[in-house]
Amino acid sequence: MHRIDSRDKKKLFRHEWVKFALFSLLIMILPVLFEGGYLLNVFIFVGIHTLLAVALNLLLGYAGQISLGQAAFFGLGAFASGILTATYGQNPWLMMVVVAAAVGLLAFAIGFPILKLKGHYLAMATLGFGIIVYIIFNEAVELTGGPSGFSGIPNLTVGGITFDSDFKNYYLIWGVTLVTILLSLNLVNSRIGRGLRAIHDSEVAARVMGVNVRLMKVQIFALSAVISSVAGSLYAHTMTFVSPTSFGFNFSVELVTMVIIGGLGSIYGSFLGAALLTLLPEFLRAFQDYDIVVYGFLLVFMTMFMPGGLVRGIPSLVQNLRARIGGGASDA
Amino acid sequence: MLEVKAITQRFGGVTALEDVSFGVKASDITGIIGPNGAGKTTLFNIITGIYTATSGTVHLEGKNVTRMVPEKLATLGMVRTFQNIELFGKMTVLENVMVGLHTKGTSGILSSALRLPWQVKEERRLREQAHHWLSFTGITDLADAEAGSLPFGKGRLLEIARAMALEPKLVLMDEPAAGLNSRETLELARLIQRIREAGVTVALVEHDMELVMDICDAIVVLNLGRKLAEGTPQEIQENPEVVSAYLGEG
Amino acid sequence: MHFDQISQYLLSGLSTGAIYALIGVGFSIIHNSTGIINFAQGEFVMLGGMLTLFFLSALKLPLIIAVVLAIGVATLAGVVFERLAIRPMKDASPISLVIITIGGSILIRGIAMLLWGKETHAIPTFSGNDPILVGEATILPQHLWIFAVTAVVIVCTKLYFSFTISGKAMRACAYNRRAAGLVGIDVKRMVFFSFAISAAMGSMAGIIVAPLTMTSYDVGVMLGLKGFCAAIIGGMSSGLGTVFGGVILGILESLGAGLFSSGYKDAIAFVILLVILLVRPQGLFKKGETERV
Repeated sequence: MHRIDSRDKKKLFRHEWVKFALFSLLIMILPVLFEGGYLLNVFIFVGIHTLLAVALNLLLGYAGQISLGQAAFFGLGAFASGILTATYGQNPWLMMVVVAAAVGLLAFAIGFPILKLKGHYLAMATLGFGIIVYIIFNEAVELTGGPSGFSGIPNLTVGGITFDSDFKNYYLIWGVTLVTILLSLNLVNSRIGRGLRAIHDSEVAARVMGVNVRLMKVQIFALSAVISSVAGSLYAHTMTFVSPTSFGFNFSVELVTMVIIGGLGSIYGSFLGAALLTLLPEFLRAFQDYDIVVYGFLLVFMTMFMPGGLVRGIPSLVQNLRARIGGGASDA
Repeated sequence: MLEVKAITQRFGGVTALEDVSFGVKASDITGIIGPNGAGKTTLFNIITGIYTATSGTVHLEGKNVTRMVPEKLATLGMVRTFQNIELFGKMTVLENVMVGLHTKGTSGILSSALRLPWQVKEERRLREQAHHWLSFTGITDLADAEAGSLPFGKGRLLEIARAMALEPKLVLMDEPAAGLNSRETLELARLIQRIREAGVTVALVEHDMELVMDICDAIVVLNLGRKLAEGTPQEIQENPEVVSAYLGEG
Repeated sequence: MHFDQISQYLLSGLSTGAIYALIGVGFSIIHNSTGIINFAQGEFVMLGGMLTLFFLSALKLPLIIAVVLAIGVATLAGVVFERLAIRPMKDASPISLVIITIGGSILIRGIAMLLWGKETHAIPTFSGNDPILVGEATILPQHLWIFAVTAVVIVCTKLYFSFTISGKAMRACAYNRRAAGLVGIDVKRMVFFSFAISAAMGSMAGIIVAPLTMTSYDVGVMLGLKGFCAAIIGGMSSGLGTVFGGVILGILESLGAGLFSSGYKDAIAFVILLVILLVRPQGLFKKGETERV
């Protein structure tokens, strides 16, 4: 019996591994298909957004705790990396790590009081935090450049390579994103991941089972802040320019939308959501003007009619259709 | 094993429990019975750290655990099941039991994300232990089913398997037979006896008198928030106050 | 610092605070009957201002009719929102409801943008712009309108909750929704009412403040959040608590902007919001525990 189990598990692991390998391969050959065009640039953003969506999904999709302030962590990573490297001439790679650690500590510190709140109140508190940080970005003009933004951030370099083209940045960012996806997949299928999902399903039962609910929520909040901060640093070094408008409440909501559209509690879903919301504006010219209508509609529609997101919604839709067609055929 | 002393619980102006004291002996099956509204579930919630009592103390193996949180009590060997089963509905049956093994593992975020060799080994060990508890409760064939899709009776068994996975010293069961048919109740009785034979002390709140009289070594009767009587099933059945409380209700 | 300047700040803070209070009471009414924090509350405020403008400028209607129509249409938007998005989700988790109301707010804002564009618009004041001297400070007639409308609305709400059957039923729902349902109160209808009342109050706030602050499709976000802050200071009361909450916030903002930095003015509300949520979730004036933590 145990032998069967471990064989099953190996099969499962191989399956997961194959899925990840295929996904990585697809990502790696995409630039060849784009031939270095405009889409390559768009897909750099898909990568950054995927990173952010995965980070939020760990918190929102797995632990069931909402954050409407994710853009703040992203922004802190971006501005801190930018300022420390451009204004103070520090090493970008070192600063990326230092900043991520500092942002993680900040999240850890505010996480303890904030994550005591639940549901609507947690949403409001994280939103409040996000807006305060956003206001600081705008008002601390000597440091951040204020509303007009902060420029002159250096590109990252490794050995003799400077990440100064879309092509190089694509592989840099997707490298980090793929590693994060792999680590996240490991995490959600572990003792920690089970603890998080247990909190989501029944907090009281999780506590009775000895899961330190409070600490675990704060840890995952801090982890998602760290990943977001790294995404921010990468964004800053890729764009070489950052401005507060990228880190406001609207972007926090956009991230929540990505996670929900893709599928709560699905790592690949986060990619799907990020890709969709990043590509839509590029394909629909008109989308530029109607974007907020579409976001609003998608949020309401998905939550009401496809709460599992595209990852679960599409297969079940296909199944339903197939069943209906199959049923019709047998009737005829 | 468990010593409950002078527990009083008030919610606003309502006194749910008043000066309730009793003990649970190691390796016994102790039943807590009483008409609806007697305060049985409230008492369980206090003992397991979900509510904080207005006054009174709870000792586990001589240790004062009165204001301890559930997650701490779990590490001390106290676990419970719920009246309206509280499963992790979106996880598989096996994963549910593995959450019960949470305190048996030590791997953290970093080692889990990196799949360090010892984390992989620990994971394998937890999985095997979880299977053991599934076969102990007889639901091995459901290992990969989603817990939320289980029929009520199986869900109850899963809850017990999950609780046993902690290898507790004391299990508190809140109406384990509620919603079960007579065959399932019979199986439950045998399972509870096997749990006791495994050296685990059991305390249960139950309405099914036949079950209580059948398997319990000691019984505590609550009525309107007070302890009415305490004794062996024999003594309780012959206690005129208990009889009148139940007849008066029915 | 001159005393007359301070009293000027106090006066303008008081009028902003009255607006926050009106919006906050709307939050409280919905929260008390449903347990939902309606993130779309601010959009009713925006609708009030924008609809009034639309009826005034596009249809050339007289002010009073434009105002009445604006309140009517905003209220309609509130009940339609309740019917389409809230009622079908009655068993949803708090997170789903947060997301639904956020989605709804974005949708309403987006539709307003499509209809009326992204520009900022001015609305004429109700009775001119001649300043009135109050001690050493001056106020505009519009401020008086704000005070008067807020006072009347708050008193009417109080009377409604105290003396009418449906008002009492709504209070019963606030105490215990299930018990209210058991004694025969139509909880669904009460939820419906609460959205209607909140939308109407929000739109009134939006209408009376628009002549002072201008209006555009996106004014609802900040006003809504600050109204929520007022409500949370007041412990989600649908009466005086939230009024005090609004006034405290309005005055702090106005003093903060005047005496320290106008740039950080908007942060004040959110710092207060966080502090209250984390330290005193039951609000400043209430004793005892609530379910917020």
